[in-house]
Amino acid sequence: MQQNPNVPSVRTVLSVTDETPTVRTLEFADDILASSRPGQFAMVWVPRIGELPMSVMVSETRGNAAFTVRVHGATSTGLYNTPVGGAIGVRGPYGNSFDIRRGRALLVGGGTGLVPLMRLISQAPDDLEITLLMGARTSDEVFFGQRAARMRPDRLDVVVTTDDGTLGVAGNVADEAARRLGDGGFDAVYTCGPELMMRRVVDEARSRGVFVQASIERVMKCGLGICGSCCMDSHLVCTDGTVFDGDHLAKSGDFGYAYRSKSGKSTPY
Amino acid sequence: MPVPLSTNVGPLELESPTMLASGILGISTEVFGRILGEGAGAVVTKSLSTEPWEGYANPTVIGADNGGMLNAVGLSNPGAAEFASMLKKSPDVPVIVSLVGSAEPDFEAMVSEFKDCNVIGYELNLSCPHVAKVGLEVGDDVELVGRIVGAVKRATPSPVMAKVGLGSANYMDTVTAAVDAGADAITAINTIRAMAIDADTAVPVLSNKFGGLSGAPIKPIALRCVYEIAERGGIPIIGCGGISTWRDAVEFILAGASAVQIGSALSGGRTGVFSQVNAGIGRYMEQKGHSAISGMVGLAAKS
Repeated sequence: MQQNPNVPSVRTVLSVTDETPTVRTLEFADDILASSRPGQFAMVWVPRIGELPMSVMVSETRGNAAFTVRVHGATSTGLYNTPVGGAIGVRGPYGNSFDIRRGRALLVGGGTGLVPLMRLISQAPDDLEITLLMGARTSDEVFFGQRAARMRPDRLDVVVTTDDGTLGVAGNVADEAARRLGDGGFDAVYTCGPELMMRRVVDEARSRGVFVQASIERVMKCGLGICGSCCMDSHLVCTDGTVFDGDHLAKSGDFGYAYRSKSGKSTPY
Repeated sequence: MPVPLSTNVGPLELESPTMLASGILGISTEVFGRILGEGAGAVVTKSLSTEPWEGYANPTVIGADNGGMLNAVGLSNPGAAEFASMLKKSPDVPVIVSLVGSAEPDFEAMVSEFKDCNVIGYELNLSCPHVAKVGLEVGDDVELVGRIVGAVKRATPSPVMAKVGLGSANYMDTVTAAVDAGADAITAINTIRAMAIDADTAVPVLSNKFGGLSGAPIKPIALRCVYEIAERGGIPIIGCGGISTWRDAVEFILAGASAVQIGSALSGGRTGVFSQVNAGIGRYMEQKGHSAISGMVGLAAKS
């Protein structure tokens, strides 16, 4: 009998790390997900509770993958509360990935949107000069800074912004991105995080003629290009994305404006 | 000159015999436009209800062995009124509207919503196997099927198709009830009630426990149903169930289908499946000397 890769495979949680009071990283062994490309996601099943799309977090242990989850709805809370030794189901990875250019890259992330950027850093060519802008509302919500520096000791500049100024640069990460882009010298911009932030980053990069890509999040039921929940204009985030070029996004009537609710109704941000 | 792929399903005229099956994608006019651009002869919307439905909690769609797919989406849809207002903004995108409900008034109310939309037909979902009081529970009530089909026929001059499935009644009785009430075509079949259990955790995987099996595993069953309905005669048929290649589509046409619907085969982003299947059907027709789809419909029964 032919095993279908779209059936969840159960994995045992090997470690749980508190990143902030509401964010945890759960690590598990999975050779296939461990080699996910940045921007790809898995559908994560929390038995008896639900299933949700998660960007695949990089692990510092070979052959391991991880999910970094913020407490939000029932399923993310269920995943957050899964202890070491607990079982989760995974299928994937699905979707496309960032097109990593040479030269100097500006990475702009907020919250768990940093996950695909961490994987990008882990797979970037050695000579890529990376500036990572990490945005958070307040200092308690900043995470991954030390891990990024550990993963890449050279050619990585980590800059933290907090909306309330309790750590790093005071202000919104999109403002800092605009300032850095204004200084010039970047060959590419990669962003993942709240969609309104990404819309600004995309617009700022394009206005200066810099190549930009964003990894998009949408309501997803299947991850397979079947249910249509994640449609953005005529495209599906699960199979055409999650990564889209800025030139494509700039023409989108949905990006930064509207998403489909669970019923499929177009809903403004 | 290429062979014409146009086909008629009763009063419904299609430029190609491949259609987007209901439930797949189906919530956005932009996506419908893309699928029509890929060569689909028609697109069928998700089944719409009088009120918006969120559907079941995930997991709602997973793979199944041997190339199958299992779903209990739970008929999520934004509701007929909301959907009609979206369609009105895209009069250049023709759609077949799928409707789901419990009784005649539901269907009559929904049909009236689409008066000013580019609707080329209605498909009545009498066969969803995983939601209470609608779908297959309606399809199993043969007398109710007759009343609903009759009511929709009176409410619209557009072609009306009845989509049947395998429930607890003899599905052929449902077909007969729909035909007697004036249905213009039968779509056969819907997914087949099924489930998945994870051995490692001893938990049913779908949140609803039960869902519908689709894709390659149900193809021989669907093919048998189309053949049986064709033997019964008197009604055009749209074949549906596990079609992913031109060869599958040709088999359904030879069994008696005037057109086919494709759904699970879009899995993994295969929106190009329509043009691939169409091209393969065209090559087959050239090889076999067929000048029109109509000349192939039901040929296997005549052999």
